[in-house]
Amino acid sequence: MSTHGITRADMHAVNLPRRRALNRLMEVLAWLAAAVAIGFLVLIVWSVARKGASELNLALITKTPATGFFTSGSGGLANAFAGTLVIVGIATLMALPTGILVALYLTEFAPPSVRNIVSLSLDVLNGVPAIVIGIFVYGLFVLGHGQSGYAASFALACIMLPLVARSTIEVLLLVPRALREASLALGVARWRTTLSIVLPQTIGGIITGTVLAVARVAGETAPLLFTSSLVGTQVHWNPHHALQTVPVAIFELSESADPQDHARAWAAALVLLLFILLTSLTARWLATRNRSKLSASR
Amino acid sequence: MSITIQPAVRVETKRQPLPPRERLERIFNIDGVDALYGGKPAIKDVTMDVYKNLVTAIIGPSGCGKSTFIRCLNRMNDLIPGFTLTGTIRYHGQDITGNDVDPVAVRRHIGMVFQRPNPFPKSIYDNVAWGLKVLGMKDGLADRVERALTQAALWDEVKDRLKASALSLSGGQQQRLCIARAIAVEPDVVLMDEPASALDPIATAAIEQLMTDLKGEYTFVIVTHNMQQAARVADMTAFFSISRGDEGERYGELVEYDATQKMFTAPSDTRTEDYVTGRFG
Ligand SMILES: Nc1ncnc2c1ncn2[C@@H]1O[C@H](COP(=O)(O)OP(=O)(O)OP(=O)(O)O)[C@@H](O)[C@H]1O
Ligand SMILES: [Mg+2]
Repeated sequence: MSTHGITRADMHAVNLPRRRALNRLMEVLAWLAAAVAIGFLVLIVWSVARKGASELNLALITKTPATGFFTSGSGGLANAFAGTLVIVGIATLMALPTGILVALYLTEFAPPSVRNIVSLSLDVLNGVPAIVIGIFVYGLFVLGHGQSGYAASFALACIMLPLVARSTIEVLLLVPRALREASLALGVARWRTTLSIVLPQTIGGIITGTVLAVARVAGETAPLLFTSSLVGTQVHWNPHHALQTVPVAIFELSESADPQDHARAWAAALVLLLFILLTSLTARWLATRNRSKLSASR
Repeated sequence: MSITIQPAVRVETKRQPLPPRERLERIFNIDGVDALYGGKPAIKDVTMDVYKNLVTAIIGPSGCGKSTFIRCLNRMNDLIPGFTLTGTIRYHGQDITGNDVDPVAVRRHIGMVFQRPNPFPKSIYDNVAWGLKVLGMKDGLADRVERALTQAALWDEVKDRLKASALSLSGGQQQRLCIARAIAVEPDVVLMDEPASALDPIATAAIEQLMTDLKGEYTFVIVTHNMQQAARVADMTAFFSISRGDEGERYGELVEYDATQKMFTAPSDTRTEDYVTGRFG
């Protein structure tokens, strides 16, 4: 053994070929796993597109269903798209400020013991099945009051809250402590420091988290069945009443006997899928942009 | 016993002699201060007075609690969970350690510059102006910004690009911007925790010059690892060292505090002597 660091023997180790082969094997396995994931996505999009293509036209989002769902099948699903827009919009208005406040409290103000409890609660809430949230909101608002867009929004907001809070916490933790200290050392109050110095650093991350959460809940069905599914065929914007939504419409159309309804369900599913894909890509793009901005400011 | 010591550092001899201690106004009376992190003492029983309109240097080996001490003076340690302080720190006669004291008000009067430059991710102008605006010092804002930048010896370098991002400045410029930001809000005391540790000799000299120029208006307390720097800028020097308790636990304590001239030429404690002669560790 030489005492001068690396030796010739080290560089031409006997097990080098074996190590190389092992490396290669791991590489191939990882590549395969990635290919499977992408393959499934392509397969889903392709099969949905193929089955829905015949009904994919502008009428789908501009026309209301001509008659009841279970009879004939001309017209579109304008009522469902309008309802989803309203319900998801209100859910975002509920979850976004709450999620940001929870995240701010957790990272900036909470004592460590409280922080752990709240953090755990967020994780648990994140893991609660959507259908359980649906039943909970049903018991809370729907029983005795009837279905409404608000109840549906509230259910979706419950799903969005931990997602928004988590992603906000992540970016808040990235803000260097030195930046907070810089402001506090000037004699600026804590809340002012948080609002004017810390929060602006995290806007990109918050938007990313919100967009991802929107993408997630736009396709949620179970909670909506309990809260906003007994609907007519006209376009409504008033969340005091139950509103048709895209996922529920897909669900109902898929149970129809008419094959054209099935095609329309596939077409609606395709629109939903494209929307989710697009929002996720936007989120990804925002996230990279924001991360590079944050690391530049360190 | 009188031995002549050879300090590792030559102390400027042209320095004006300090007036007698009792003629100086005391801005801090620090009395029996222990600072603890999670119950473990980082510094024990520190007692010293800080004099108005002087530069006071804190020197000592790494880990002796210099940063801990200086951050006690503007309640900056409040942000650290598990930090506790006993003893009293009186600022102009008022104890600032109590729970009933508003740390924001304390920091309003006692500013701080940190070891690593930490400008806001805003424009050069806004870095200085933001604090002024938030603290309600909006009259003559542009003049105040210019004055602070001039005092921090940065104005000439940035006057043509005030709207540029502060993050585009060099490290030394950023640090001077942080100093400008700190003095713009007209604090009474400016605490500096190794402000020049990341700077080249020219930027360091600029910061030292500005302390000398501004000490008529402010009181500076500066932590430094650099004994030449302490010898050059400080009127008073405090030497902290690491001691061991009965159970072998390490904590920092104030060994000696005196006029810089005396600290570097005729210290009364052998530990100080060892440190300033470079025999330490
Ligand atoms: N946030 C903290 N939590 C726990 N212990 C701490 C914390 N900050 C400092 N300490 C401890 O307090 C002691 C003094 O640290 P301090 O940073 O004040 O030393 P220092 O003299 O400034 O050192 P340096 O010259 O390296 O900056 C050290 O033992 C350190 O481990
Ligand atoms: Mg330090």
